Amino acid sequence: MENDLNLKATELRLGLPGSDEPERQMTPRPNKRTLSDIVSEGSRSTTEEDHQDTAPPAKVQIVGWPPVRSYRKNCLQGKKDEVEGGTGMYVKVSVDGAPYLRKIDLKVYRSYPQLLLALENMFKLTIGAYSEREGYNGSNYAPTYEDRDGDWMLVGDVPWEMFISSCKRLRIMKGSEARGLGCV
Amino acid sequence: MSEDDERQQSPPSDLEFVSNKARNCNATGSGSGHPEFQSTYPDQVLENVLENVLHFLTSRRDRNAASLVCKSWYRVEALTRSELFIGNCYAVSPGRATARFTRVKALHLKGKPRFADFNLMPPDWGAHFNPWALAMAKAYPWLEKVHLKRMSVTDDDLATLAELFLGFKELVLVCCDGFGTSGLAIFVSKCRQLKVLDLIESEVSDDETDWISCFPEGESNLESLIFDCVECHINFEALDRLVARSPSLKKLKLNRYVSIGQLYRLMVRAPQLTHLGTGSFSPSDIAGQGDQEPDYVAAFAACRSLVCLSGFREIIPDYLPAIYPVCANLTSLNFSYANITAEQLKPIISKCHKLQTFWVLDSICDEGLQAVAATCKDLRELRVFPVDPREDNDGPVSEVGLQAISEGCRKLQSILYFCQRMTNAAVIAMSKNCPDLVVFRLCIMGRHRPDPVTSEPMDDGFGAIVMNCKKLTRLAVSGLLTDKAFDYIGRHGKLVRTLSVAFAGDSDMALKYVLEGCPQLQKLEIRDSPFGDAALRSGLHHYYNMRFLWMSSCRLTRHGCQEIARAMPRLVVEVIRSADEEEMDDVVGTLYMYRSLEGPRTDAPKFVTIL
Repeated sequence: MENDLNLKATELRLGLPGSDEPERQMTPRPNKRTLSDIVSEGSRSTTEEDHQDTAPPAKVQIVGWPPVRSYRKNCLQGKKDEVEGGTGMYVKVSVDGAPYLRKIDLKVYRSYPQLLLALENMFKLTIGAYSEREGYNGSNYAPTYEDRDGDWMLVGDVPWEMFISSCKRLRIMKGSEARGLGCV
Repeated sequence: MSEDDERQQSPPSDLEFVSNKARNCNATGSGSGHPEFQSTYPDQVLENVLENVLHFLTSRRDRNAASLVCKSWYRVEALTRSELFIGNCYAVSPGRATARFTRVKALHLKGKPRFADFNLMPPDWGAHFNPWALAMAKAYPWLEKVHLKRMSVTDDDLATLAELFLGFKELVLVCCDGFGTSGLAIFVSKCRQLKVLDLIESEVSDDETDWISCFPEGESNLESLIFDCVECHINFEALDRLVARSPSLKKLKLNRYVSIGQLYRLMVRAPQLTHLGTGSFSPSDIAGQGDQEPDYVAAFAACRSLVCLSGFREIIPDYLPAIYPVCANLTSLNFSYANITAEQLKPIISKCHKLQTFWVLDSICDEGLQAVAATCKDLRELRVFPVDPREDNDGPVSEVGLQAISEGCRKLQSILYFCQRMTNAAVIAMSKNCPDLVVFRLCIMGRHRPDPVTSEPMDDGFGAIVMNCKKLTRLAVSGLLTDKAFDYIGRHGKLVRTLSVAFAGDSDMALKYVLEGCPQLQKLEIRDSPFGDAALRSGLHHYYNMRFLWMSSCRLTRHGCQEIARAMPRLVVEVIRSADEEEMDDVVGTLYMYRSLEGPRTDAPKFVTIL
């Protein structure tokens, strides 16, 4: 443990002397990013700079902080999107086993849960809940997307804004291929 | 109220306990012609007199007190209570409420705790209106008014209200969800006596039903129609016709799908409006280039009774001067969806001498707040929301704005202020300049941020607030705070009823100070603070006096919460899991506990464990 080297004593941090660094005390479990964390990241507003950087220094967003209702956040963010984008961001969506593709406008959605719900409604299937560790465990379907590099990624891994800017098309995988993803 | 008592002495304002201290009075005589008619007659007279007198008693706290005098008073009070307020829908069952109060005309019900607004609670937790709707339908067919906050309301519930209550007049839904435009359509089409339909900050799903067209033909009794939160297109021509046949309409708040040109037409129809939500306040895309712009200034000038203005959902600031004619009369102005600068604000605010309530975005910067302070000497309530709700080092408003407001607006009673930086000095100044403060909610968006000038925690600032603002009942704290801040709150916050804490405190002592020191505490919501089981135990003497306690991402364990549940049988102790938690984890993610006469609820979803 760090205490043997007494790293704490020589540690530089912002806080009162004698008080433990708050972050370590705060959450009993380690920094798990659940879908709700991803949701909060999705709902933060974007600036031009975030899109242009290759590795944007992602400010860690905490669920429900600052305490502004999502309706209010969406109203203001929505305006920014309308100013910047304008014409919508349509991507093709294929579902394994379905005879033809659909197209959806990614700009309409503000978060992963909204997108997943829309896909579930559109194709009448259940995708289920995302978890960082297990993907979409327990479901027969796994939503994936092709990014700018041509790689197929699991939907939900990266912050929403990053997803929107890199997603070129969506594919909802089915069956054993989908379950295999969860075990990686 | 003594703090030593295990059970409360006087009933809480939101929960009707049958007091075991009620004394027996002589039951009133029943039969006439009874040989002892003489001795029972005075009791009957007394009860009749009492009934007539109690009709005038409106405050629910007074009524609760009156109901404790004796059984006779309890009975009569129950007969004469026409407005029923239940602050936690799970504290009492619909059956129990309707059994006691038999002549209710208005129901006010609250459901989910406030932190649910910030995604801290999974959806489908509960607070369903349905069982209440059904119980009311049987018990109060004459029901006229329903006011719900943070409840789940379905389309079927709306249909029930419209179909089973023939004289239904008022529906107010605040922060509700679960229904859509098709439910609204059924509701408005069947509710012929409707006077008030207020949808405030509620989530309404777009079933693509044209509900505005469903209002019945002929003259309408509408006095208030508020739908600014409804995020779907509406049939404007139908709305125009509706406003034209609603001569009593005083409050109209449009959603952002109504353009400024359409607003003009409605204002011309209804110059008698007192409350107006302007919708988008920008032209629709379809408007032609050569079209003559209507005389917006004249339309506003014609609204001589306008006192409350809001909307501006997609504002084009060029149109702002149109509202000049009404500024001098405005008591309430909501710019909290309008991203405007200080320069754009100044010509407006400089005319708003009578303003008492002002909601705005921090885009106006400290300079804008200085302009507010210079003119709005009567300001009672200020809310400053962030355009960009992220943690950052810099922000457009700071201690400078707060200081200016404190110096200019001495009558301030309520403030909600989001900022990136704040100094103790400014908060202390406000505590001294604004002694009438009842609500002080400061949100320094950077977690654990100290005073940037002194590098000290924000303890002294909040300490000054509780010390100097003797009427304070609601407090929200933020920034770097040690246990000392909570010591201050426990010592001086004797009237505090609602306290919100996030990312604050060092140890269990902080929570102990509050639970032991604040006798009026009703609602306590805490997140991400290092408080554990020992701190929780220190509130055992007080939990029956509270509406609820919320603690998420603190240091509670399951067995600690179990202890509380065992010690207090009338407390419902809910442990709420997030998606990745196992059921048998000892660590508690979220604790939500509340007093209740009914024991564990039967509609709890899988992710809720009731201990």
